[in-house]
Amino acid sequence: MPTMRVNQAIATALADEMRADASVMVFGEDIAEAEGPFKTSEGLLAEFGPLRVRDTPISEMAFTGAAVGAATLGMRPVIEIMFVEFLGVALDELVTEAAKFRYLSNGALSVPMVVRASVGSGLGFGCQHSQTLENWVSATPGLTVVTISDAQSAYGLMRAAIRDPDPVIVLEPRTLYARRGEVTTGEAGILPLRRARTVRPGADITVVAMGQTVGIALDAVAACDVDAEVIDLATLSPWDRSTVLTSVHRTGRLIVVEEAPLTGGWGAQVVATAASEAFSALTAAPFRITTPDVPVPYAKHLEARFVPTVEDVARQLRTYLDTGAVPQPWWVLEGVSA
Amino acid sequence: MPPTWTGEPCDGASGPPIQVLDPSGQFTADPRFPVDLDDGDLLGLHRDMVLVRQLDTTATALQQQGELGLWASSRGQEAIGVGLAAAVAPSDMVFPSYREHALAWCRGVGISGILGLFRGITNGGWDPAAVGLAVPSIVIGAQVLHAVGYAMGQQLDGGGEATAVVFGDGASSQGDTLEAMVWAASFEAPVVLLCINNGWAISVPAARQSRIPLAQRARGFGFPGLRVDGNDVLAMYAVARAALDYARTGGPVLIEAVTYRMAAHTTADDDMRYRTRAEVDQWQERDPISRLTAHLVDCGLLDDGALAELQHESQRLAEAVRHEVRTMPMPDVRTLGRHAYASDTRASLVPAGVPVAPPAPAVDSAVRATALSAAHG
Ligand SMILES: Cc1ncc(C[n+]2csc(CCOP(=O)(O)OP(=O)(O)O)c2C)c(N)n1
Ligand SMILES: [Mg+2]
Repeated sequence: MPTMRVNQAIATALADEMRADASVMVFGEDIAEAEGPFKTSEGLLAEFGPLRVRDTPISEMAFTGAAVGAATLGMRPVIEIMFVEFLGVALDELVTEAAKFRYLSNGALSVPMVVRASVGSGLGFGCQHSQTLENWVSATPGLTVVTISDAQSAYGLMRAAIRDPDPVIVLEPRTLYARRGEVTTGEAGILPLRRARTVRPGADITVVAMGQTVGIALDAVAACDVDAEVIDLATLSPWDRSTVLTSVHRTGRLIVVEEAPLTGGWGAQVVATAASEAFSALTAAPFRITTPDVPVPYAKHLEARFVPTVEDVARQLRTYLDTGAVPQPWWVLEGVSA
Repeated sequence: MPPTWTGEPCDGASGPPIQVLDPSGQFTADPRFPVDLDDGDLLGLHRDMVLVRQLDTTATALQQQGELGLWASSRGQEAIGVGLAAAVAPSDMVFPSYREHALAWCRGVGISGILGLFRGITNGGWDPAAVGLAVPSIVIGAQVLHAVGYAMGQQLDGGGEATAVVFGDGASSQGDTLEAMVWAASFEAPVVLLCINNGWAISVPAARQSRIPLAQRARGFGFPGLRVDGNDVLAMYAVARAALDYARTGGPVLIEAVTYRMAAHTTADDDMRYRTRAEVDQWQERDPISRLTAHLVDCGLLDDGALAELQHESQRLAEAVRHEVRTMPMPDVRTLGRHAYASDTRASLVPAGVPVAPPAPAVDSAVRATALSAAHG
């Protein structure tokens, strides 16, 4: 099995799908000549030429909207939003147009487009270039929202996203682009959308994570030496309730580890669902480890604390397992104030 | 002296960029755009450009040494910020892009304000109201709308103030920028829209953003456009001055300043992946500083002694920059919640007075077994 970096896995997935299907094309800023600001389109311009691999003017609304139009004609555009924040200027096209066309045409129209965007903190990019923002799109029926967590999921979910008949948003944690991993390529490497991945089986507790926090959760579990089941949610919307609830029924305990502010974070949905639908199985209150309700700080040492750290997740895991009590977040313990 | 430029749409938007100082330093007056500056002013423009270049060079080196997270170089574009800053009144407002260190310097933002941001120890480098310079926008085009709104406020105030906003050739394609132009025109906002056409938007050449000189777009929106040599600080000053005077009562003006981004997009970019060294070298000959130096030497305003003194001052600045950057205080983690809202955010971060739920029993296999059999019947 070859090993590759996450950005190479993305470029490989795009190339493989472009070879397999002539209707796949990619648009974005600095993706052709420069091969992507994060090197996620290496080799594409050379192999597929400037009609299928386009450097666009700086107008996210234009290329998102154009992708919607092209997709209704049967093209499979993959567009790149350099930083997910820039989706802000294109949101109408995605949420109010792409997500609704099938519904508004009684199923006659399909919008098989993919929106790729880099997300998350950890690279010192400041509060306007460090958010995950999955909640901007995850509450819109009609959209499928996916977050990759390693090289295999980057490859496998990207190819599945391109083949999907509906608009799919693939969020790519920026800190992972340089991370290496083994990748099964080809048809065998394609992963299903809307299915969570159990990345570590275990019996004592269910830990649900997504994107960057999957690796953090795995490391924390290893550091605590607990028999935890770690689930990578992978597709946030519509999410795989069955895998999560089955696990919670087995373990009786649930922690969600999120890279998103406490208020309105995706884990709230997971915890609420477990509380209602697995209530009888729960032996302790399920809870969430999140970021505090503040913008992502610029200073590196603050940013490093902001995202749940391995040490802090391990601390909370231990407290929870030892006492059954929900631990306090670090910012409460340390008296972070305004 | 009142500007003799008419503000007619065709007066200055087409043809070669407006220039009064050619690359060799030869001065040719343009009667439409008088350069009403005295000797001291001219020397001041020169000094500012030299110091900003030094700041930029030092910051680039500091970034390479790992002392700054990132640096967006303004090398070769100094004349634009310096010329504009000389043309705006202290009470006018300026909305910068992330590359306008010259503007920040000239508006009085100190070293720590400019570099603290790039060292990542602060989220904001200066108080916009105090220095008349807004927070730099890094989401492309957003600031153009902010500037129009601000200018509309100035219009309501009725004090004759104006706003200038700086954005790039790449930003000219953003919906925000184009909608801002519609608004500026519809409400006759006293705003000067200064587009710095430096040839590149990261790796994308300016030709991908516009088929015509950007200044000509103004006509379609119904206001004047001006195309100026952005490497000629005197033309920059004179054109910005005329445009601001016009804008105070006449509404928006678009200026396209033609220049070249001499460095890579930022220190994180490798420009040799998409452009040639030869192209960069060509622009070296049109350097904004050397042409003003030549002119001032020609006029007898600068001699070897004065140039050596300026060289010293510039070295002292470099030392001060290095020292200030290395000694910047790191923010305490307890300040994390500060400035997310106007009022104390403690309430949302640290819930007070909420009863703490009694702990559930520790994990116990008997309990789990019961739960399991209950769940699965
Ligand atoms: C809305 C948005 N899209 C994309 C980017 C990424 N980006 C940062 S700088 C840049 C190029 C800007 O070019 P230009 O406006 O010409 O300014 P210059 O860098 O040349 O000063 C791009 C695409 C961004 N910051 N914001
Ligand atoms: Mg540019």
